[in-house]
Amino acid sequence: MLDTKPDEGYTTADGRQIGGVAMEMKNITLRFGGVVAIKDISFDIRWGEIRAIIGPNGAGKSSMLNVISGFYHPQDGEVWYKGYRRARMRPYQVARTGIARTFQNIALFEGMSVLDNIMTGRLNLMNAGFISQAMWWGKAAREEEEHREKVEKVIDFLEIQHIRKTPVARLPYGLKKRVELARALAAEPSILLLDEPMAGMNVEEKEDMSRFILDVNDEFNTTIVLIEHDMGVVMDLSDRVVVMDYGKKIGDGTPDEVRNNEEVIKAYLGVEHD
Amino acid sequence: MPETLLFAMEAAINGLAAGVMYALVALGFVLIFKASGIFNFSQGVMALFAALTLVGLQTGQIPFSHLINAIFGTRMHHFGFTLPTFVAIAGTVLVMIAFAWLVERLIFRHLVNQEPIILFMATIGLAYFLEGLGDIMWGAEVKRLDVGLPQGMSGPIDDLTFAWFGYGFFVDSLEIWAAAIAGLLVITLVIFSQYTKQGRALRAVADDHQAALSVGISLRFIWVLVWSLAGIVALVAGIMWGAKSGVQFSLSLIALKALPVLILGGFTSIPGAIIGGLIIGVGEKLFDFLLGPIVGSATENWFAYMLALVFLLFRPQGLFGEKIIERV
Repeated sequence: MLDTKPDEGYTTADGRQIGGVAMEMKNITLRFGGVVAIKDISFDIRWGEIRAIIGPNGAGKSSMLNVISGFYHPQDGEVWYKGYRRARMRPYQVARTGIARTFQNIALFEGMSVLDNIMTGRLNLMNAGFISQAMWWGKAAREEEEHREKVEKVIDFLEIQHIRKTPVARLPYGLKKRVELARALAAEPSILLLDEPMAGMNVEEKEDMSRFILDVNDEFNTTIVLIEHDMGVVMDLSDRVVVMDYGKKIGDGTPDEVRNNEEVIKAYLGVEHD
Repeated sequence: MPETLLFAMEAAINGLAAGVMYALVALGFVLIFKASGIFNFSQGVMALFAALTLVGLQTGQIPFSHLINAIFGTRMHHFGFTLPTFVAIAGTVLVMIAFAWLVERLIFRHLVNQEPIILFMATIGLAYFLEGLGDIMWGAEVKRLDVGLPQGMSGPIDDLTFAWFGYGFFVDSLEIWAAAIAGLLVITLVIFSQYTKQGRALRAVADDHQAALSVGISLRFIWVLVWSLAGIVALVAGIMWGAKSGVQFSLSLIALKALPVLILGGFTSIPGAIIGGLIIGVGEKLFDFLLGPIVGSATENWFAYMLALVFLLFRPQGLFGEKIIERV
């Protein structure tokens, strides 16, 4: 196991410096009626790392992401963020603390253009009062320009210049996923949560998405938490991996450690009968 | 020009004016429906309540005076002062915002994730409650509302049309003002929703609740915002209607006329609400003028509903509503 003292970081195999603990999940338990979706799970997320949560379908990965982003509230356990225990928060409040996310089934504003969609990502960074905004006065106009510039940067970064003005409803699936990532990035998040960013994509699109995820982490030093059930992609991408099965944590460590973990192999390949 | 055509044109122009009223009420419906999926049955009563409050503030009426007098045996009705119109309007706007906040706090916050039919039922309850509150707060008698807008036949239009056609059209100048103010209101709403942070948030919520939450938009704030906007639109509708035919409780029935407007224009389209309102206004006046004598008069009472029925049969999403596409 890697050193996981809260104050210190570690160095990855490719020489990247990972920081201290950004967020810590402590003994999280989440129930829906009688169904236990998450059972007493603890792990941490460090500044600057790409942290994956993997597991078979129905393992509780998405539930975990929803706990982090405030969509679900666990019955037991604590979420610690930036060194403080987080009070029960609504999703929009979590978003305002610098945690952006994407969804497994894409949640975009279908009626708006790609540009407008990405602009909504910056709503919380806008300050000008709404009368001056409506009148397009000095500060508001300047602010709007600044935000547009930042958004254009994100658009360039994710290579979606050609669809800037297209209504989102007309885009193919792969591009929608990219626009959703762009909207999350536009918020300049400290932590970016990606719910199955590669689900339903072909090999080429998966490679593109992997590249974008690595670039985002590299360029903006964004901490990324991602969920996948495809082991292969995750192992190449992430620094540390949490493995879940039936709501329980069955493995936690570097991709290599996880790959050789008995329980993980069982969960993925089935139990050997002797 | 033949006389019948001139009469028909006059009827159509007066229909446009009536249509503006319908459009205003329908606009309030669309705002709330788009942002929260709630069909707000109380929109018409909100217009009534806003108009009552405006008259009450303007004339310095004591709220709940009948109730107070009945309990304590006093005989107070007025504070004895009157407020200038714009102060009274500002006060009414504040009351409508407070109302929006209370509606969110006391009703809809507790009905999150409920079926649309339940939310709809809640607004029916709200409509009856608000009607009763308006009655007990300000009294049930018909009140005159004067906000200083000119009334009576518009001279310039009479002169102009007489010069052109040799026949002067009768158009009420109040209705011209109503159209101008409604137009201004719509332009303001469009600018608000296109260019401000809150407007963007509003459009975002209208499109996808979950995505809106994930970019940090507070749904509660947006609900209070749209109910406030709907309250202000209701106030404008209430002023126009009240100035024309007095503030009376039949005002709440204009909500019913807004239904065919919505079916025509689509429940989610602001331009649809306006154009639907105008079509119904012009349509019912023209229909009454042309076919009224044949089928027996008073067609204005049912024409709008007939038209809505035809639309339901052939174009259920309305003229501008989002297309109903099913993916297979």
